[in-house]
Amino acid sequence: MSFWPAHAIPDHLISLPIILPLITGTLLIFINERRHEFKLWLNAAGLLATLMVAIAFMWLVDNGRFEGNTGVYLAANWAAPFGIALVIDRFAAMMLVLASLVSCASLTFAYRRWSRVGVHFHTLFQFLLMGINGALITGDLFNLFVFFEVMLAASYGLLLHGQNAVRIRAGMQYIALNLVASFFFLIGIALIYAASGTLNMADLARIIASLNDADRALFETGAAVLAVAFLTKSAIWPLGFWLPVAYGASAPPVAALLVLVTKVGIYVIYRLWLIVFAEDAGSSTGFGGSLLFWGGLLTIIYGATGMLGSQDARRVASYSAILSSGTLLALLGFNRPEIAAAALFYLVSSTLAVAAFVLLIELTERIYSPTSRLLAITMEAFASDDEAHESAGVAIPGAMAFLGLAFAGCALVMVGMPPLSGFIAKFGIVTSLLTVSGAGGPTTTGWLFIALLFLSGLFGIIAMMRLGVRIFWSSPQTTSPRLQLTEASPVLALLLLCVVMTVSAGPVRGYMDRAGADLSSGQNYIDQVLGHRPVPSLTRAGDQ
Amino acid sequence: MELVLAIAIGVLFSCGIWLVLRPRSFQVIMGLMLFSYAVNLFIFITGRLWLDKPPLTTQPGPIDPGLYADPLPQALVLTAIVIGFASTALYLVVLLGSRGLTGTDHVDGKEREKQE
Repeated sequence: MSFWPAHAIPDHLISLPIILPLITGTLLIFINERRHEFKLWLNAAGLLATLMVAIAFMWLVDNGRFEGNTGVYLAANWAAPFGIALVIDRFAAMMLVLASLVSCASLTFAYRRWSRVGVHFHTLFQFLLMGINGALITGDLFNLFVFFEVMLAASYGLLLHGQNAVRIRAGMQYIALNLVASFFFLIGIALIYAASGTLNMADLARIIASLNDADRALFETGAAVLAVAFLTKSAIWPLGFWLPVAYGASAPPVAALLVLVTKVGIYVIYRLWLIVFAEDAGSSTGFGGSLLFWGGLLTIIYGATGMLGSQDARRVASYSAILSSGTLLALLGFNRPEIAAAALFYLVSSTLAVAAFVLLIELTERIYSPTSRLLAITMEAFASDDEAHESAGVAIPGAMAFLGLAFAGCALVMVGMPPLSGFIAKFGIVTSLLTVSGAGGPTTTGWLFIALLFLSGLFGIIAMMRLGVRIFWSSPQTTSPRLQLTEASPVLALLLLCVVMTVSAGPVRGYMDRAGADLSSGQNYIDQVLGHRPVPSLTRAGDQ
Repeated sequence: MELVLAIAIGVLFSCGIWLVLRPRSFQVIMGLMLFSYAVNLFIFITGRLWLDKPPLTTQPGPIDPGLYADPLPQALVLTAIVIGFASTALYLVVLLGSRGLTGTDHVDGKEREKQE
């Protein structure tokens, strides 16, 4: 029994968030599409197991069951810089839980209709989850590339799910763009390896301070090229034009997953940038920070303007995802790790809300028959108000009441109005910006950011109100839509999570403070990964 | 030798960029393939160019690293080739599907009106 490390949990379990979806997805390939009920339950079982594992890891990591609150698994028992290390810290565990939760909602929503309109939905679904989880917990750059490709390959398949001309066309652009981004990814990795001789993230962070000038220039070039790939995923301003097209064309459950994929891009940037270009990185400290900041600001402006200018609910959702990406990137660009905790809260809250919103959109579209929908849009376009005013006092059917309330809930979180979690997130961001910047108050850039944050909130409110009025009030010929429980409940569940984040904001924020502290002091991560001992070899132990 | 390789990679890249920016999907996929060749060569040479240096050894015990090439870029390039090939093949399928469904092979745009 002595070959387990001193602490109780076997390291192998850290690979579970990758292994579980892999096994489930593989099993699902072999089951005939006609047994879709069975496929669905198998998928759900795998997903629930993954969710349980993710929650368990969040608890274990947070309660000091791993040394330094960081679980490290050395794949194939190679010591850290040489083999591939899987690393779970608080940030990764939190994202694992978020990924599983959004996936659960998406799968429940897909139950009634979307999982049946094409083949291999469930397999691709699990592989997408595997790619996301792998990208979240890997500690190796090239392995990150592999998991990104798994994630993207699955997302290509899902985007094309339920093929029609619009989806295929959007898919073609999405694939071409992501292939080019992947090549950037590879070039960046190659340059970084050429300059530093390692691909382990922790080792990179250790080595960067001791690089000579020529190698450092090469390393920074590599990092910049690599960043292009991640920034494309997270839809920073000039690289984000693919996002509204892809979100708009995909089936709603897939769009909810794409919201997640976008956030994985953000996650990787946070992880790599905060650890590699930390304070002890020599002259590379904060490399590219101003670019992230200004790029983020431009993305906020682009997202807010896009929200204001969009007629279509899906596009509003897309632009609000871009807006939240921009906010997160600009926050990172301050290069003040103290802000990280507030950013994490915002990340979780906005992901939940946008995912709920893209699911909700499909339900609201059922209010109209296609003709009255057309009418509503043209009425808006010509600003005609000669519509008959019906008497007030019509009883609101239950489904309409649900849709209205859910819409209001999503809108409140997305634009950051009280009382839901979006407000707390924005409040946290502004507070930390005001307190962090020291006695002199925030810098000019800080004020600029705060101003833009409020302005984008205002734009968001206007856009969402207009959309709400159009969806719920403007059309005389609404029909109360039929909502299935499996379609309403995921939206409700995601919103309830936002409510939970609001009500127990203290504990949630406490966790994120600890996660943010881990992120800002990367030394712990580096020590844990590089200092992790391989399991003593059994054969060698037998020889002695 | 380095110069020849560098020029080759540069030419592949420039042709790839030009083709990727073309409007038709067939040109785009050719561009993507040239891209992947260039990237694969690029990864390969990050291990530096050596003559007569094998990437692995069967000899037990400590070895002189100077006698061996860096095996890692070679392993990386293998993975990159496989992944690049698979996603390009996927793109090809989507390309054909798009051609069949929309009746045009434009990536983003419309067929010009035929002049008759």
